[in-house]
Amino acid sequence: MHPAWSIIFFTSISGLGLGLAGFIVLGLVNLTFFLHFSVAMSVVFGLIGAGLLSSTLHLGHPERAWRALSQWRSSWLSREGVLAILVLALLSCWFAFTFFIGPPPLWSGFLILVLIIATVYATSMIYGSLKTVSCWHHPLTPVCYLMFSACGGSLAFLSMLALFGQTIPGILTEITFAFLIGTWALKFAWWWALDHSVSVSTVETATGLGAMGKVRSLMPPHTSENYLQKEMGFVVARRHAIKLRYISIFLGGILPVICVIFSGSSAGVLSMASIFHIMGVFVERWLFFAEAKHVVTLYYGDEQLSIAR
Amino acid sequence: MTSLPEPSAIKLGLVIDLDICVGCQACVVNCKEWNTSGYGAPLSDESAYGAEPSGSWLNRVHAFEAGVGEDVKTVHFPKSCLHCEDAPCVTACPTGASFKRAEDGIVLVNEDWCIGCGLCAWSCPYGAREMDPAEGVMKKCTLCVDRIYNENLPEEDRVPACVRTCPTNARHFGDFGDPNSDVSIMVAERGGFDLLPEQGTKPVNKYLPPRPRRKSVDQPMSLLAMADAATPKGFWQWMDNTLEKLG
Repeated sequence: MHPAWSIIFFTSISGLGLGLAGFIVLGLVNLTFFLHFSVAMSVVFGLIGAGLLSSTLHLGHPERAWRALSQWRSSWLSREGVLAILVLALLSCWFAFTFFIGPPPLWSGFLILVLIIATVYATSMIYGSLKTVSCWHHPLTPVCYLMFSACGGSLAFLSMLALFGQTIPGILTEITFAFLIGTWALKFAWWWALDHSVSVSTVETATGLGAMGKVRSLMPPHTSENYLQKEMGFVVARRHAIKLRYISIFLGGILPVICVIFSGSSAGVLSMASIFHIMGVFVERWLFFAEAKHVVTLYYGDEQLSIAR
Repeated sequence: MTSLPEPSAIKLGLVIDLDICVGCQACVVNCKEWNTSGYGAPLSDESAYGAEPSGSWLNRVHAFEAGVGEDVKTVHFPKSCLHCEDAPCVTACPTGASFKRAEDGIVLVNEDWCIGCGLCAWSCPYGAREMDPAEGVMKKCTLCVDRIYNENLPEEDRVPACVRTCPTNARHFGDFGDPNSDVSIMVAERGGFDLLPEQGTKPVNKYLPPRPRRKSVDQPMSLLAMADAATPKGFWQWMDNTLEKLG
């Protein structure tokens, strides 16, 4: 699939922002100081908002984007939009309460956290619900999205605590480690499933000509690439996929683990860990799109969908 | 509303006969001609006379080769929207622009609502939807909804443009909801099939398989030998016999 930058940025950055917000609303950071309050608020709204705005950039008609909030009954893209706006609205209330009255009750934090999880889940299901892209249509797809969001959020939260000069509870560091290792273990399981998947759809089922023997594409219907091939026949990443997988785990897993171990609660080192992690997520997300094969490629010369390695 | 309607009693669609199609592309051209000038945004082209021409089309004819050796066959393969009963492009649409008509099952796009996100094209296994490069809205086959009910046209023209223009009669239009319609009978008699049935889309359009090739005679005859073998008649028979006697 064509890896549109706006979509890669959207899924990674809003995932990170939502993850961070999830830790903040649980009341684990002290926001009594106005500076801390405003930094926390602008980072959270900046990340989620930049992600959502970027997602409208690839639209043919961004000015009609509001219409996308209407079909939440059937469309995961619509659900994602509705949930994200609901989260932003409740987060605004939460920050306003913090500013005017004081730390909001814990239940409100849990409510927002549940909606955050639902939002990230909906983001992942935009892709995970597509039967036409068999490697996305897998139960681990939403799990991976949720884990990357939690992982990025916990790293960013550690850096925030360090930056504010607040003590980092040991359990939080341990949770971050668990997220880092768990995330990449699950991502490896996803990649393993991708490499070992056997697609039921073949050029024979696509044309219905299997009874006559082996089917191959003889002539494309047009002389140069069309929208379908540009959008769904992207091949560059597949050539370097294994290399890119190692680059993503090095940036998004190994470097952050080393940083967290040797940080000694230094805000600089922990911020580096966050930055490395999000860079790793960018590569992972780029691969997520670029590596995925769409069933329509069967009509354009692919004889099967499994990725031969 | 992008939730799918209850299955309609009338299910309009096409039968495409892979035995007959010669790949002339007339349906492709007539489709573009009709649909670029009627409803909605025109079907634009990009660098139409350049090195890499591209544009949006609602109907494309592929060509496949099936089988090996002596039995190999070239199959021309027209493909447009199959107006699926379980259309994933409809439920994926976040805006309600993509919808399936409750009265006849035609899948359409409301171009004034479409935000051009492309998710419907991603969810279609058949590649039946193409984003218009100039308008930024999704284009797809309408089953010529502006022809089939159009009383300003002579009755014989009230079929989709591709069906009307096909010089070999490889495309047929009709109601699959009626088991006695021409298209339903054709599908039953010829073993019509679905494309990618495992995708669970329940397409309305059906394809008819190429007929098995007639076996050629064991020893192919040359034209000269055929002429020799033929028995002349009348005057030529008398002359043949006379000349035979002479010599």
